[in-house]
Amino acid sequence: MSGKSRYSQVLASVLVNAVYAMKNYPVMFINSMLTPLSVLFVITFVSRGALIGVGIEGALIYSMVWSGLSLQGDLSHLKNDFKFQDLVVTSPTTSTTYMAGMGISEIVFALPLLALLIVLAAIYLHPTALQALAITAVMAIVFLFSIALGFFMSTLTSDVMQSWNYTSILSVLLSTIPPVYYPITYIPQQFQFLAYVSPTTYAAEIVQSATGFLSISNLNLVIDWAVIIILATVFIVLAKKKSRWREP
Amino acid sequence: MVRLSFRNISKSYSRGRKALNRVSFSYDGNGIVALIGRNGAGKTTLIRILATELAPDSGTAELDGLELIKHPEAVRGLMSIVPQEARVVQWLTPMQSITTYLMYHGVTYGEAKKGAERAMKEVGITEYKDMLSRKLSGGTKRKVFVAMVLASGSRLIFLDEPTTGLDPLSREELWNVLVRLKKDHLIFLTTHYLEEAERLADRICLMENGKLLASGTMDSLRRKIRYQHSIRLPAGSTLPKGTKGRIVHGADGSTQILTSEKDALSISKTLVRRGTRFFSNPVSLEDIFYSIVKKPIGEDEGGDEDEW
Ligand SMILES: Nc1ncnc2c1ncn2[C@@H]1O[C@H](COP(=O)(O)OP(=O)(O)OP(=O)(O)O)[C@@H](O)[C@H]1O
Ligand SMILES: [Mg+2]
Repeated sequence: MSGKSRYSQVLASVLVNAVYAMKNYPVMFINSMLTPLSVLFVITFVSRGALIGVGIEGALIYSMVWSGLSLQGDLSHLKNDFKFQDLVVTSPTTSTTYMAGMGISEIVFALPLLALLIVLAAIYLHPTALQALAITAVMAIVFLFSIALGFFMSTLTSDVMQSWNYTSILSVLLSTIPPVYYPITYIPQQFQFLAYVSPTTYAAEIVQSATGFLSISNLNLVIDWAVIIILATVFIVLAKKKSRWREP
Repeated sequence: MVRLSFRNISKSYSRGRKALNRVSFSYDGNGIVALIGRNGAGKTTLIRILATELAPDSGTAELDGLELIKHPEAVRGLMSIVPQEARVVQWLTPMQSITTYLMYHGVTYGEAKKGAERAMKEVGITEYKDMLSRKLSGGTKRKVFVAMVLASGSRLIFLDEPTTGLDPLSREELWNVLVRLKKDHLIFLTTHYLEEAERLADRICLMENGKLLASGTMDSLRRKIRYQHSIRLPAGSTLPKGTKGRIVHGADGSTQILTSEKDALSISKTLVRRGTRFFSNPVSLEDIFYSIVKKPIGEDEGGDEDEW
């Protein structure tokens, strides 16, 4: 498959799932902004503004998780209600190219939210270049992780109800409960270990410590990076090898 | 020219009943192959396996010399399928559906748009090209799929029940498209409309219970069953004495005699002499289907149980 063909295949996914979809359902934009922002509002008000910085970082991380969750929902809908995946499976498009194209389509959706968060970050966080780089790198890794997870799960669904349940469970596990929008130190000591079940905890620790909201040892920092990189790699391999592309 | 052959394809979805049981078939050339058989016979399962959407438990299949079960990647792009339950994505127009479909086949955006235009013209849906799919009628939606697979340039096309739910005129239109297409494609289609299979197909495969019970042209299928000829008498007619064959009473009071060519001739002569109106035809695919799969309701006299 030539590079040009692969580009067409990626673009096809972006057109179907982002460009054309948005033309018809502009309300989708609002939806993709609402969830990550709503938690930010609550956190900011409840803390009387004290946690707005951490909250913005949380929203940045969660926007990437949200992309994966949306991907899961969108692809399940296309697969089960339109048999769209069947059409793609028989084409020369590989599962990885399909995942990549659809992943990018979710980024397109996230753009307005990201733009808003970047403005907020510039006002309330004013990060240095290095800090901005760390945040961006963490976001990229979380994005890869959640896209791979979302894709993998969507290929296992056989109806949209199932997919809704996956979305809610993952959303709670990956963002509402774990200390993404607030520092882990707010969790009572004896329960902190539970937070480490969620990959987003590690991502948040890196970002929070880079911007001075949390102080952790260098060793912990290295572990955090290692965990998110390994998890992203594992899930990408899982999505590549174990997704239900041709049904068994 | 397309060459498709498969041997001993078996598939069970879960332990227990086999959805497909050692199905073998081969076809060489362009044309239409129709798969018929009742609900659950295994038609969709077979098509999905051949289109590389589903892995069989065992068996081999080749398209133009390429093994497609072990190496599905090798044949993807050489074939296209319209799945039984496919629906056009609601928020796309026919133009967008077909264009993006072609792009998944590796065609550039510009070329894909041109290809989509051509295919829509060919199938006769150009006037709807910018209408949202959710506003199209069922028949037009079906045609969008046909335009899609047509535009893909694939030589092998699988259509799973392409005409289900179409009105008689739309069906006729789609048939015309398929007849044009079959000149340079191999089309595998499933249908519950036996008349459709009879009119379109160069080869008919009759499936039942995961097995391929019979396959061939209409003529060769006729030769496989006991009675090749059908004489139909309107309600109220009496049968000639000593009629040989199988007699089937229709719900409308009409009577059908299934019989051999030779006996059909003598029965016809008697009926003409008596001045009784009747219709005499070679047996239809429906008659063949009933003989092979199941005897019809309202039957008087049958042949040997093990003979079709
Ligand atoms: N995804 C599945 N999981 C489990 N069993 C299945 C699945 N798909 C089909 N089957 C079973 O396999 C058998 C063959 O089904 P298939 O869909 O191939 O039949 P078909 O001939 O296409 O029927 P129809 O005319 O109703 O479309 C049936 O017994 C069906 O219940
Ligand atoms: Mg079927």
